[in-house]
Parts: sequence; structure tokens; C-alpha cells
Amino acid sequence: MKLVTAIVRPEKVNDVLEALYRAEIRGVSISRVQGHGGELERVETYRGTTVKMELSEKVRFEVAVSDDFVKSTIDAFCSGARTGEVGDGKIFVTSLDQAIRIRTGEIDEGAVTPVNK
Amino acid sequence: MTTVGAAISAGDTAWMLAATAMVLLMTPALGLFYAGLVRSKNTLNTFMMSIAAIAVATIMWAAVGYSLAFDQGDGFIGGLGHAFLKGVAFAPRAGTSIPQLVFFCFQATFCIVTVALVSGAVVERMRFIPMLAFSALWSVLVYAVLAHWAFGGGWLQAHGTLDFAGGVPVEMGSGFSALAAALVVGARKDYGRQALLPHNAVYVLLGAGLLWFGWFGFNGGSGFSAGRSSVLAFTNTLLAPACTLFVWFLLDLLRQRRVTAIGAATAIIVGCVGITPAGGYISPAWAMALGALAALPSYAIIVLRPRSRVDETLDVLAAHGMAGLTGILFLGFVAQLSWNGVSNGLLYGNARQLAWQAIAALAGPAYAFTATFVLLRLIALITPLRATQREEGLGMDVVEHGEEAYATGEGAILVSTEAGIEMPVAVAQP
Repeated sequence: MKLVTAIVRPEKVNDVLEALYRAEIRGVSISRVQGHGGELERVETYRGTTVKMELSEKVRFEVAVSDDFVKSTIDAFCSGARTGEVGDGKIFVTSLDQAIRIRTGEIDEGAVTPVNK
Repeated sequence: MTTVGAAISAGDTAWMLAATAMVLLMTPALGLFYAGLVRSKNTLNTFMMSIAAIAVATIMWAAVGYSLAFDQGDGFIGGLGHAFLKGVAFAPRAGTSIPQLVFFCFQATFCIVTVALVSGAVVERMRFIPMLAFSALWSVLVYAVLAHWAFGGGWLQAHGTLDFAGGVPVEMGSGFSALAAALVVGARKDYGRQALLPHNAVYVLLGAGLLWFGWFGFNGGSGFSAGRSSVLAFTNTLLAPACTLFVWFLLDLLRQRRVTAIGAATAIIVGCVGITPAGGYISPAWAMALGALAALPSYAIIVLRPRSRVDETLDVLAAHGMAGLTGILFLGFVAQLSWNGVSNGLLYGNARQLAWQAIAALAGPAYAFTATFVLLRLIALITPLRATQREEGLGMDVVEHGEEAYATGEGAILVSTEAGIEMPVAVAQP
């Protein structure tokens, strides 16, 4: 059981969601984040003030999956989020100690497996 | 020149000065309306297309547009006698009691807002510089020509077509040009694949409200006086959109059991557009009927158009082209000599009026569509009309203007200030 965290470009979010859906991965949380991953800064000008936007808008996906699904989750993120330019983001896979479905109290594999109904 | 001076009416001039300023407000109001309808990453670019129209259309109007529309010429186009404002001064414009300079300014604001209207078809993907070129050329090649036909003594006006405040040049001109522009530029990359939602419905409502306010100057000033036709048009500009709004509520209720805010904003525009050609020519009661009727065809197009492949993004065709066409034709039925002092429509015994309204409703759209289509194709030969897929994904605000509508300032590092101080900043490089 792993927690897959992926940081992707906001404009690729719909492509990623589509790829995850096709890979039959259903439980997803996303949040808007700002970060810097080595891409070139954007220069913006407001009246006479020029600034470098060091932080870029990104979207963070968090998906808890059973071990069998880790590979397909990573593949889905790569296919959905890749443009080939610097700034496409990162995927982090961490092990997960425990997962509990609040509604039923199911734990671990049962909690991260989608309900089929 | 005392006789000329005597022909100027201070009251008429005062109202027309105010009306002109009201119409100019419509362009930023339209920018706000359009900006609310797009995604947040395209807010500024969309707004800027309207602001840019003020610059390019005003310059082109002063240079040649006004002359080609309003100087004496042939039936198709005016002459160049007033190019660069030659001979445009304090003497009254023929047929009015206001200085020709005021007449020029008033008509300029019409040209500006019409140019801005067309941009609604191509937002979120068209590049800014080609848009400036298109706007400048369109204001002369399409707007000035149609304005000459309808108001400047061109063939439609000469044959008695009634168009009080611009159903042909402004509304049908922009609406059918928008359709052509959408076809040439092509759909947004995400069109039909993702939900592309308006990012701020409050902007849309406020923009529509300000447009309505400006429209009192637009229609109310199109009598060029503070006289009867202006008063009638002013009144009808209150009545017709209110009826459109109410009918739109009913249509929304029938279709989806809820009344929508963006639908309401759209209805205000449709009602104002519908009454535009008819404002000073029909009775208040008929204006209410026109407002109610105008909702139907425009609503139908707004429902059906997104199911097509045509990404005419902000529905300029439905709101302006279609509603303008409805108004132009409706006027042919119900124009009333007792109210307008000019002509009757079919219901009052003058079938010829309806015939010429129908001809205008065919010729105006045909010319606007064709000329816009060809013009954009020619510009595309010189420079690409649209941004790349990557730029479109990033958003036109950052790509075209290097600004964001909703910059938080987080992560922004000062590079230089107005004082010119260059600040060495350690920045992580790739």
C-alpha cells in the first residue's frame, strides 16, 4: 500500500484525471500549491515594477493505492502530465502505514479499494 | 456664420455630449462582461481586446473611417472628404442641430464598441498583435461600409431601410463577423473536450448592467437630439430588455427548472440589441413585445451552438447577430408613423418597409461574414492568428501581457523598480 503524490502543471490536470480514470484509479485528492522546481522564472511587469515569479502554480495529487496499482498510477501521471518541458513536475511514492475508510471502518487494502456500486 | 451658429441647439448638444460618454463606457463594460465569461488565466487578455479597440478604432475612425461612413459618396461607400477630420468642426452636421465634432465622437464610440464585440468570438486563443491589425482593418473595411449603408446615406438608407441605432452595422455586423472569425481562427484546443466555465459571474452581471446603462446613450442619442425620437428610444431601451429578461427567466425555468445569473446577463444584452434598430420607430407597447420575442431565437442559438464544432466562444452571433436581425425585421412589421413621423410598417399598411428591412437583414450579414472571412484569411498569410497549444494552456494573460489578473505576489522577487534600481537577486537556475 503506497501513497502516490504527484505535482503537475495546472493546465494538465484534466489530462491527468482522464488518464487516472482510464487506469481505473478512482480515489483522488487534489490541491492547488505553489512551488519551484528549477524551471525558468516568468518575468512580469506591473507599471514600473518588474518581478520574477519564482513560484509557479502547480496542482498536487494524492492517491492511496494498493501495491498492484502503483505502476499503473505512475504511468497515468506520466502520460497525463508530461509536456517534455522543464516544469512538468514530480511523482513521489511513499509507503503508507495504515488507511481507514471512515464510513465502514474498513482498513488498509479494503479502505483504498474503490467501492463497486 | 451666424446662421450656422443659430442652427446649433445647446440642449441637443448637451445631451449628445453626455450620450457619447455613456456609449464610450460600454466598451470597458463589454470588456468586463467578456472577462467574466472566460477562464481566469485569460481575464486580462479578454479585457484588453476591448480596451485595444478604443485605441485602434478611434485612430482609424479619425483617419478614414468616419469619412468613408459619413462623407458623401456612392451607395456603397462614402468619400474621403472628411479624412483626418478635414472640415469637421463646430458647424452642425447636416440634418442635425449638433456640431459635427460631437456627431463624429458619438459615431466613433459606436465603431469602437462594435470592434470590441467581435473579439468575443476569438478570445482565449487569438494572438494580440494580429488582433490589433484585424481590429484596425475591420473598423474600416466592415464597420465603416455598413455604417455608410445604414446611416451615412448609403443604398439601404436611400431606399428607406429603417435602422435607428445600428442593427445593421453594429449588431448584425459584429454578430456575423464573429461567426466568420470563429471559423477562420478555429476552436480552442480544449473546446468540446473539457468544461470551459465562466470564471466570474459577478463580472458578467455588472458588465451587462453597465452596458444597459450605456445603451441609454447609444439608443437615446441616436436621434441626435433631445427630441421625440430620442425620448421614445430611451423609453424603449428600458422596456424591451426588461421583457427579454423576464422571458429568459421563463425559458430557463422550462429548460432546467432554475433561473440562471449568466442567462440573465445575456438576456439584458439581447433585449438591448433587439430594440437597437427599432428604438425610435416603434411604440412602447410594441417595444415590450419585441423584447419578449427577441429572447426566443437568441436563446435557441445559445442552447444549440455549443453542440456544434463552431467555437464562437462568447456567443456574439446569438446575442448580437440574431437579436439584431430580430429587431430589424420586427421593425418592418410594427413601425408606426404616428410615433416616428417617418414610416409605417406592414401592420400599418406599408409592406414595402418590411421588404427593405428584409433586404437589410440579408445584405448586412452577408457582407459582414464574407469581408471578415477574407480579411482574417489575408492576415493569416502574414502572421499566425493563434497562440500555440502550449501558450493556450498557460493562458493568454501571462503569454501576451506578462501579467496575471489575480497575482498573489507570493514568490514574486523584485527585479527593478521605477527608481531604476537593479537588484541582484540569487535565483535558482535550471
